[in-house]
Amino acid sequence: MRHGKARFVIGFLSIPLIVYVYYVIWPFAQAAGYSWTDWDGYSDKPPALVGLDNYARLFKDELFKTAFWHNVFFLVTVPLFTITLALFFAFLLNVGGRGNRAGVQGIWGSGLYKIIFFFPQVLSLAVIAVMWQQIYAGNPQGLINGVLMKIGLVDPNNPLQFTADPQPFLGVPAVLWWLLLIAVWGGVGFYMVLFSAAMQSIPRDIYEAALLDGAGPVTSFLRVTLPLLRDTVSVAWVYLGFIALDMYALVYVMTPSQGGPNHTSEIFASVLNFTAFNKGQFGYACAMGVALAIFALLLAAAQLRFTRRERIEY
Amino acid sequence: MSDSPDTSSELSRRHVLRAAAAAGLLATPVVGALAGCAGSSPSTRSGSGAKSADNPFGVADGSKVNVVVFDGGLGTEYAEKDKGIFTTKHPKVTVNLGKTQKIKTEEQPKFSTTPSDLINNSGADAMATDVLVNDGAIVDLTDLLDATTWEGSGTVRDSLLPGTINDGTYNGKFYTLKYAYTVWGMWYDAALFEKNGWTAPKTFDDFFALAPKIKAANMAPFVVDNKHGYYPRWHILATIWKSAGKQAAIDIDNLKPGAWKADGVLAAVSAMEKIVKDKLILPGFYDHTQSQQAHLDHKAAFIQLGTWYKNEMAKTIPSGFKLTLSDYWSVSSADKAPNDVFAGAGEDWVVPAKAPNKEGAKEFLRAMLSVDGAGQFASLTASLSSRKGSGDKVSDETLASANAVMKSAPKDLISWRFPDYYADFDKESQNQCEELMAGRLTAQGLIDKMQAMADKIAGDSSIKKQTRTS
Repeated sequence: MRHGKARFVIGFLSIPLIVYVYYVIWPFAQAAGYSWTDWDGYSDKPPALVGLDNYARLFKDELFKTAFWHNVFFLVTVPLFTITLALFFAFLLNVGGRGNRAGVQGIWGSGLYKIIFFFPQVLSLAVIAVMWQQIYAGNPQGLINGVLMKIGLVDPNNPLQFTADPQPFLGVPAVLWWLLLIAVWGGVGFYMVLFSAAMQSIPRDIYEAALLDGAGPVTSFLRVTLPLLRDTVSVAWVYLGFIALDMYALVYVMTPSQGGPNHTSEIFASVLNFTAFNKGQFGYACAMGVALAIFALLLAAAQLRFTRRERIEY
Repeated sequence: MSDSPDTSSELSRRHVLRAAAAAGLLATPVVGALAGCAGSSPSTRSGSGAKSADNPFGVADGSKVNVVVFDGGLGTEYAEKDKGIFTTKHPKVTVNLGKTQKIKTEEQPKFSTTPSDLINNSGADAMATDVLVNDGAIVDLTDLLDATTWEGSGTVRDSLLPGTINDGTYNGKFYTLKYAYTVWGMWYDAALFEKNGWTAPKTFDDFFALAPKIKAANMAPFVVDNKHGYYPRWHILATIWKSAGKQAAIDIDNLKPGAWKADGVLAAVSAMEKIVKDKLILPGFYDHTQSQQAHLDHKAAFIQLGTWYKNEMAKTIPSGFKLTLSDYWSVSSADKAPNDVFAGAGEDWVVPAKAPNKEGAKEFLRAMLSVDGAGQFASLTASLSSRKGSGDKVSDETLASANAVMKSAPKDLISWRFPDYYADFDKESQNQCEELMAGRLTAQGLIDKMQAMADKIAGDSSIKKQTRTS
């Protein structure tokens, strides 16, 4: 019987595993291999091995450095704003309401809010980008510009430029802030649902005990909810870090000349795409990809390591 | 896998290719294997049939030609007509016509295994021609030029409009057939101009004199595409050519030291800068079709682009709008080539070196260059084909205005090569032209940045250099 079970499991697992290794793991390995060469992507002349040259070049590449700092900006801001907002909403929806005889509950209409907040999650990123392009359009047809012009807050001769605006705000080009807004808007719903689920597994009596001891909503959030959600938040932080390292769809669809204006929204992926496909330097582009992968893995490892703590049983 | 075209497998294959390319650019060889499975089987690796006057490349009966046409401003219907012309002469050869806007995303991964036979390498997602040429990834099409025409009289070479062969030549070999003959310039509504008693300017000074009158009519004098840097770059480069002359342009393309500082370059870019400074541009951010629509809606009097304009916007051109092309404006009386016209063959067609049926691909190009094929193209797209006389039978005011611009053109055509030669220069020039048009960069600043980029490329031994002599 046991033998039959093993065969059964292997039978089902082997095919997806082979497909996964062949189509996912193997290409990754190949990319690493190509990153040691000067392969150009179009010819099948055997590419020359160049050792670590491509990686050495990365450190001297101004454009890559610019892109790096833009990704770092997203790496800090995307998780920070998304998690803060998601926690805030999840708390309101689950335990933010008035405590009464029925015990601790969410604010009125929380079921509806959950659906509304989650909605962006069902749209693909490209759809979101195209939709926001209309919202952000830098002319009277744009949703925001149109409304603000009607009520006289924006000068029709000087519309807001959104993703075409390179002027720095707090030292970071405005275009990045506008992209950040979309990323956070698109991400909050999912993490709100995630945190809601985690909060629902926290026993109500803890909140009620806190309530009896005179804790207001702020105190119970900081002293009860947050410590008990530590694991979930930590995992969310890692996921959001990966999203922040990507951001490609938004940059590709929404910025002028894909990474513009004048390189102010250049990110890893846009530089990689330009290097591979426009310049025909696949070997170098693969080195960028590998560097990005290593960076992401280190980041995730560090993140999980720093937030590790004794688990609280409840 | 069956040999007949199968739409659903075609779709899913594209989907896989796109996903693979987007996911990490990494899966190329794997995708190659996939493409090999879904695409042609070895039996279609035709080799050669018998060559004859009617079949100069020896296309084998029973073979299959995979043609990929770019589904952009010119549409794809003309390629369907060419397929009809082709199969009339070669009923036993199958033509599979694929249509896409994602040329590079879908075709590049197949290049080192089994690429399509003939690719319309065009659009925002086109493959960089310099890379294809340097890698030997596409074939020399000189034998197409030497073949007799589809009609059987004279050679293809002699049937092409000026500039077509020169523009498709890299390192002395003819690699790309540029099929659509495009004329660039300033567009306006002749009906509106007539009604208001305005005349289309010939010089920047004429334009600056007319601009207040246009503004008084509650219109912006000009509208630009802010999203794609190559739109304003056409305008800026055409103006530089008119002002500084052909030799200055050749020097710039050849990365000659100090070429951007030549006489006339600053005057040209300054004229462009004045349009921005005097606030003659419709305020706001527009992409290409938005800016074109704004022009059609009479929000702006002028817009500059090529002759695909009419076809691209065919659905929304208001009735009574007389879409008319005029030449780019010259800068001053000191201009070296004020009458040169920016025109040339575009819409590249290339044959990959590893294409299974290169004979079929070349024969398809010959069919496209037939009198019938070129005429159908002109009437369907309101654009000229690079075959001579394609517009002769078309009665269309817009095409006639483009013809008129061409008739007054001297023998030199404005043509720039550096954006095709060097990807970095392409990107930098687009970025800085955008900056100039957004008012964030001065004329002198643009020239300095262009010169710096030219010097950087000239000094970089890892970049293969190209030169032009004419």
